[in-house]
Amino acid sequence: MKKNSYLVGVYNDDDILLKAVKHVRESGVKIHECYTPYPVHGLGHALGYKRSKLPVAAFMFGILGTSLALLMQFYMMGIDWPMIIGGKNYTSLPTFFPVTFELTVLLSAFGMVITFLVISDLRPYGKAKVFDLRATDDMHIMAIDLGNNKDGADAIKKVLKDSGAFEVNEKTL
Amino acid sequence: MEITSSVRKPLVTGGKTIHDVTEDICRHVEGKPTISWLLALATSLGVLTIGAYALFMTVWEGIGMWGLNKTVGWAWDITNFVWWVGIGHAGTLISAVLLLFRQKWRTSINRAAEAMTIFAVICAALFPVVHMGRPWLGFYWALPLPNTFGSLWVNFNSPLLWDVFAISTYFSVSLVFWYIGLVPDFATIRDRAKGIISKTVYGALSLGWTGSAKAWERYETVSLILAGLATPLVLSVHTIVSFDFATSVIPGWHTTIFPPYFVAGAIFSGFAMVLTLMLITRKVYKLENYITINHIELMNIIIIVTGSIVGVAYLTELFMAWYSGVEYEQYAFLNRATGPYWWAYWTMMTCNVISPQLFWFKKIRTNIVATFVLSIVVNIGMWFERFVIIVTSLHRDYLPSSWAMFTPTLYDVGVYLFTFGLFFTLFFLFAKFFPVINMAEVKAILKSSSEVSTSKEPVGTENVLKPSPKEV
Repeated sequence: MKKNSYLVGVYNDDDILLKAVKHVRESGVKIHECYTPYPVHGLGHALGYKRSKLPVAAFMFGILGTSLALLMQFYMMGIDWPMIIGGKNYTSLPTFFPVTFELTVLLSAFGMVITFLVISDLRPYGKAKVFDLRATDDMHIMAIDLGNNKDGADAIKKVLKDSGAFEVNEKTL
Repeated sequence: MEITSSVRKPLVTGGKTIHDVTEDICRHVEGKPTISWLLALATSLGVLTIGAYALFMTVWEGIGMWGLNKTVGWAWDITNFVWWVGIGHAGTLISAVLLLFRQKWRTSINRAAEAMTIFAVICAALFPVVHMGRPWLGFYWALPLPNTFGSLWVNFNSPLLWDVFAISTYFSVSLVFWYIGLVPDFATIRDRAKGIISKTVYGALSLGWTGSAKAWERYETVSLILAGLATPLVLSVHTIVSFDFATSVIPGWHTTIFPPYFVAGAIFSGFAMVLTLMLITRKVYKLENYITINHIELMNIIIIVTGSIVGVAYLTELFMAWYSGVEYEQYAFLNRATGPYWWAYWTMMTCNVISPQLFWFKKIRTNIVATFVLSIVVNIGMWFERFVIIVTSLHRDYLPSSWAMFTPTLYDVGVYLFTFGLFFTLFFLFAKFFPVINMAEVKAILKSSSEVSTSKEPVGTENVLKPSPKEV
């Protein structure tokens, strides 16, 4: 794997990080990614990320669940082996509701979570790109890919320091 | 930048910093097992072993080992099933419903409550499976699998089948919800791990989580939608469990009040179980700063609310029996209160209707010993509620010549013990090897909802206040 060299800014507060992201981007430096120990609201927006489309995936998988459940029940009870149970119709929508609801929820939840894991590249023994071990403890990390930026390391270091980073390290990954 | 509300009590006390949260929770995962933990695990494994014998004999010989007879075909087994499923409901309520309502106090208790949900549902599922008599054929009876009888499919009109779908969906969605929440915390443990085993195991469990802003954004979306899905799901589960009874024509079961009444009862008993478990965990793990008296009080308030709903439901049932003019229905309730099982009925009434009302007193609902005792009393009461509903309705229905009594055998008790052993074994393993409090979520609320830190200044503050570009 090709190794890149990064500059890693370490911040100790999420508000400082949020301001820093704005400052760094305004200075014309491209941010590789930020790493935080807990979700920081507004960080995705500050980094210019678009809103996640996962709700759409959840909805689509839900619709798939609804359709599969209804198809299955009408096929089994109405077409493949119709039976009179308690003198009622072979098929009836109201009694199919509970199973349809459960399968909608099941497919929606699993479909969305699997989509989330796949697009976020999360898998067992997935290699974590750890810039700083404290990113899962109490520090907020901003990583800058030097290969992606025109400015030299020293200039970017200065920008990071100015933005409130209390530590700037170099890291090759 | 500390923001503190002058109205709300702090959710985390003791002036904890973010790093303290990591330390306080990870310490228990990383440390060697304590003697008390080993003793507790040994006890629950002992109970599990005794229960396993009863379970084995029941599967080997058939459910004739239980005290069931032709009249009372459901008794302890279904009582235990409904009881365990009900207990599970509090976990989802805390993690999903309180998330939707933006109740931040859920963050310190949701992890353990969700674990409780999953273990309780495992225990619950055991009973219908064993009750099938030949569980190895159960897949064909319970799931629409192609088979060599036709295919002869399952009956989608049956509430028992709805239950199969409801419980299995509930279990798997809760498991996924719980696991997604665990991933960032596993990453924290992975990044601190020293030994090769913990590095490998938590490395695998954390799925390569880095805490990137993009992943967190998606994580929050996923949590919110899972909460949105789990909320109607949890309501549907106990609704469908109540359909097992309500769609039949047995006096005392055939009522429309069952779904809401069962859901309220489930949350009631579930919160009691959360309190029982959390009060012990809090004490043993010294988590008093995370699970505060404020948390306990809030949970007790939910117990008053749901307990009162249950009480009103009992009275409504009595009123409806009288008002409907149906003599079988009237007899069913008269028989509950004054028949041979009167003691079960009055135990239920005392434990479920009267005891939670004590929580109206602030002294009682903020007292840990009182809360612990009442939380157990509530669960005894809720067990009797299911026993009363099931056994007293069945043992005397329309045909007096078929009336009978039910007496449990040692195997009834043994299988129930088995689920206790299983539940506590799983819970103790969870408490040792998993982070018992959702660290990431507690860290996220620390700034807005913790007691102001007075002594500890975060590292590097001096740099933030006056950035010194000269150093670079």
